[in-house]
Amino acid sequence: MIKSLTTSREVLLFAAIAVLLGLIATRFPGFVAPSNLADVFNDTSPLILLAIGQMIVILTKCIDLSVAANLALTGMVVAMINVAMPGVPVAVILVIAVGLGTLLGMINGLLVWKLDIPPIVVTLGTMTIFRGIIFLLSDGKWVNSHEMSATFKAFPRAEFLGLPVLSWTAILAVIVFTIVMTRTTLGRAFYAVGGNAHAATYTGINVGKTQFWAFTISGALAGLTGYLWVSRYAVAYVDIASGFELDVVAACVIGGVSIAGGLGSIGGALLGALFLGVIKNALPVINISPFWQLAISGSAIIIAVAVNARANREKGRIILKSAEQAA
Amino acid sequence: MTTPANAIPDRLQTPWESRLKSWEALLLLVAIAIFIANSFASPYFLNAWNLSDATFNFTEKAMIAFAMALLIISGEIDLSVAAIIALASTAMGAAVQAGAGTPVLILVGLGTGLLCGAFNGVLVTRMGLPSIVVTIGTMSLFRGISYIVLGDQAYRGYPSDFAFFGQGYVWWVISFEFVLFAIIAVIYFVILHKTNFGRSVYAIGNNPTGALFSGIRVNRVKFILFLLTGLMAGIAAICLTSRLGSTRPSIAFGWELEVVTMVVLGGVNILGGSGTIPGVVIAAFVIGLVTFGLGLLNVPGIVMSIVVGALLIGVIALPRLWSQWRQR
Amino acid sequence: MLMHSQSQVPTAPEANTPPILSLDGITKTFPGVKALSEVALNLYPGQVTALVGENGAGKSTVVKILTGIYQPDGGAIRVDGHATQFPTARAASDAGITAIHQETVLFDDLSVAENIFIGHAPRGRFGLIDWAAMERRSNEILKSIGATIDPAQKLRDLGIASKHLVAIARALSIDARVVIMDEPTAALSHKEIQELYELVEKLKAQGKAILFISHKFDEIFHIADRYTVFRDGQFIGEGMIDQVNEGQLVKMMVGRDVDHIFPKRESHIGDEVLKVVGYDHPTEFAEISFDLKRGEILGFYGLVGAGRSEFMQSLFGITRPSKGVVRIDGRVRVIRSPADAVANGIVYVPEDRGKQGAITALPIFQNVTLPSLGKTSKNGFLRLAEEFKLAREYTERLDLRAASLDTNVGNLSGGNQQKVVIAKWLATQPRVIILDEPTKGIDIGSKAAVHEFMAELAAQGLAVIMVSSEIPEILGMSDRAIIMREGRIVAELDGDDLTPETLVRHAAGISQGATT
Repeated sequence: MIKSLTTSREVLLFAAIAVLLGLIATRFPGFVAPSNLADVFNDTSPLILLAIGQMIVILTKCIDLSVAANLALTGMVVAMINVAMPGVPVAVILVIAVGLGTLLGMINGLLVWKLDIPPIVVTLGTMTIFRGIIFLLSDGKWVNSHEMSATFKAFPRAEFLGLPVLSWTAILAVIVFTIVMTRTTLGRAFYAVGGNAHAATYTGINVGKTQFWAFTISGALAGLTGYLWVSRYAVAYVDIASGFELDVVAACVIGGVSIAGGLGSIGGALLGALFLGVIKNALPVINISPFWQLAISGSAIIIAVAVNARANREKGRIILKSAEQAA
Repeated sequence: MTTPANAIPDRLQTPWESRLKSWEALLLLVAIAIFIANSFASPYFLNAWNLSDATFNFTEKAMIAFAMALLIISGEIDLSVAAIIALASTAMGAAVQAGAGTPVLILVGLGTGLLCGAFNGVLVTRMGLPSIVVTIGTMSLFRGISYIVLGDQAYRGYPSDFAFFGQGYVWWVISFEFVLFAIIAVIYFVILHKTNFGRSVYAIGNNPTGALFSGIRVNRVKFILFLLTGLMAGIAAICLTSRLGSTRPSIAFGWELEVVTMVVLGGVNILGGSGTIPGVVIAAFVIGLVTFGLGLLNVPGIVMSIVVGALLIGVIALPRLWSQWRQR
Repeated sequence: MLMHSQSQVPTAPEANTPPILSLDGITKTFPGVKALSEVALNLYPGQVTALVGENGAGKSTVVKILTGIYQPDGGAIRVDGHATQFPTARAASDAGITAIHQETVLFDDLSVAENIFIGHAPRGRFGLIDWAAMERRSNEILKSIGATIDPAQKLRDLGIASKHLVAIARALSIDARVVIMDEPTAALSHKEIQELYELVEKLKAQGKAILFISHKFDEIFHIADRYTVFRDGQFIGEGMIDQVNEGQLVKMMVGRDVDHIFPKRESHIGDEVLKVVGYDHPTEFAEISFDLKRGEILGFYGLVGAGRSEFMQSLFGITRPSKGVVRIDGRVRVIRSPADAVANGIVYVPEDRGKQGAITALPIFQNVTLPSLGKTSKNGFLRLAEEFKLAREYTERLDLRAASLDTNVGNLSGGNQQKVVIAKWLATQPRVIILDEPTKGIDIGSKAAVHEFMAELAAQGLAVIMVSSEIPEILGMSDRAIIMREGRIVAELDGDDLTPETLVRHAAGISQGATT
């Protein structure tokens, strides 16, 4: 069953978030009011979107450090298009954002697939290149709120059934990619490639090509998030979302995605992102300086990776009959 | 069955022959080319004081890069180095507030670096966690502690004799930092290329299982490497804090990636197993010269990052493209 | 031993039935090695063709070409007489070719059902994977081969034999026309092998062509209809199995008449060196106790996956036993790491040479001196001249063949790599040497050299443990043999009790009297 495959790790993390919310609620019941929780979710949506893409990349034993730079570059490009041609409809902007993000992801993917360059080197390089390109395009200037058109800014905030479009985008992505990861050949190929690349080759899966698709998906989601981010915060400049790639990796690790590949789920990435989102939003409420956030998420990463490693510890070969029955 | 000597020669190539064909030789040519191009591009380039100033662009990062090179050759990585600088600098700032003098500040800086390195080392070698994740975590944790302590404030008021480490000159245009960089380079050259320890670093990086099965204490070696990396970050923190004269929690932000770039550009295989200290030294000069040259031409720093990013991918991609093209 | 095929298929197709799949003049070259030189292979419907050859004969290269992993440099692959190519593993699978591999190369973190169906999962609405159907069909296939495995289980939680059954189920799940079985019985018990034979008969009855690769002659003569022999990458001959005998096949395989002759040795067994008492591990082995004397060669026999290597690695300090005591010269020693083992004079030549034995990207001399750097260096600083001297001394004793001592070990043949690993350990001057499948995958010449050397070591007073799955090697070399099955010692034999029959019976768990 799919359930048995996603294991109880997600349940554990879900419980941790629930306990966290419960503790906060004892002193600040306002925090767990549905409207506030919806705000927290909306605020976490960009992280969720990127974590989904990153989770797929990590699943294939790669890493994408360029997501935040991709987001910033795409965001700047659509913001500048909006300034230059305010009449371009949001639908076209969305297509451009996803298209450009996809293209940037494909560049990463091609370098990994065709030239076999270690993903960490590729994305470290493209990350600095993308940021540099933003500077070249914008000449270091900001695109400010008053320069953007009203429709451009309104899209992520538009409400539908009580939730903003930004939240709905994250929800939709979670649903779509849950189906992709559990019910399609490509989705299962991501698991196979990261779990055992050698065996994947024997079962007719092209390892490099599968990794290429992972980077492409990660890029597409980063591009989409680029537009949503820039329009929601109504500002674009070189350094937006600087360092955000590490939050994204952190969300995955907390969500139980194994950096060694082959282990992880969309649900885990979602919960990992929500965990960080709840902490970030709760700190000001419980009167802790927001400066604590970095240290807390750092500790969360270390604890999560230690807990997951314990659960996945190699048991060795099972030779004794008694051991097989016990398993 | 002791047969008569079947005469296997020790080597087929002399060490110098293989050195000439190496990555380091190619990189040295690049460095010389950049140097010549720079001296044509700007009249201010060939000025001893300007050149001396330019070394500050890379000396602190290169100190860390030497230890990082050993760590990467052994198959691990430490992304928390910049955060260790922040924490060590914060600790020194706090010590100043408590009235500590320069000798104590040095001990605090080095001690913080060693402690952070030990923390990473324990998590990786004792608990068997992947270093890339662990150090992404400690990167947030160490810098996070700096933010908790400092918030949006800064520590200032370092003693005047403390300024020597980042601003002092030993002789004419030769800065203290540059001398320190050279000494550390020699020490790491000896450690990696001339000792048993260095040999085991290569063995572990090439095949950790094989090294373990050959009786090498793999975890002990790796732990020492994390300690050394922490120590180097501590030394860099002393130099940088002394040079800036202040500590903010955002100090040295993003340096971890610049250090890794320097190491990879120096020909160290990011997957472990190969690389040399001379390569890293030349890479440090290449990055320093490019930064300095573009700066003289008034090119902003961020555009510089495009060049460095392209260099990073290009130096690995081009040889592979070349060999793929030749196979056709 | 010699048994003629008693094929139950009534329509015994002879020369007039065309092969489903044929290889014609296939050549494959790797840098420096010609792995295959114009070989031919024909697989006929409803027949089992045994591919016979020594290690290095090119069998696994052929399997990789048939499954689309390697591309041949020359020659033709024909399916139903039409020339074709398998540019990818998918193309080979689409052509109906499936392989069960030597090692069960599957996915530990995926479920049994997915391992069976990955790449060709049943689809439901919108082309989405139908998990319910996948588990149902997995259940059917597993039942049909008599396996009681829950398809929802993770593969990681299965034992080796069960994993092998999953691999077979995977092969059956593809509607294959050609089934390649690469050493399929290596990890199976006697009962499971009988079930496999029945399965092969079923496949034959369905008209599938089967390529059967095995080192065990009794199996080949029991199950095969035809044979094809390779030697050193060349096609030597083919024919019907009932027209040859074992001796003729061996002659074709090795190119000479004589059997491998083991060195004559006179054992001078001395005092006890090593005593192991009550070694236990949670999943790998239990209650291992034995002793070992100077000058003795102690054989460890068992099926693949009987826990021999796992125990040896625990003795060498790679894994920790949950219980157990080691005494060396009567004194209790604690071995927590290989470094401790080496310090106590215990060394281990592993089976997996490329991964565990040698560091293939480093030169020969550095491999040899790695555990002895304390001797060749001064105050922790390397002395290259001393290293070359030590490396030269021990590699010459082993008659190593190499271009220079600065050559990377990865560029050597399997036999020479093994010599480097042995030289590395002899340079530490050990008291106990453990050799795990010391001659697996190396050529006949090196094999003889390793055997002779082993005898010489024992004569010099070293205590030798030899793990081997080859009965002749155990019989030819050991003073005494311990037999393991499913992680436990089931027998200890010496003298007249040490016969092929007793070895097989204990290893497979067959009670007295019942013989094959």
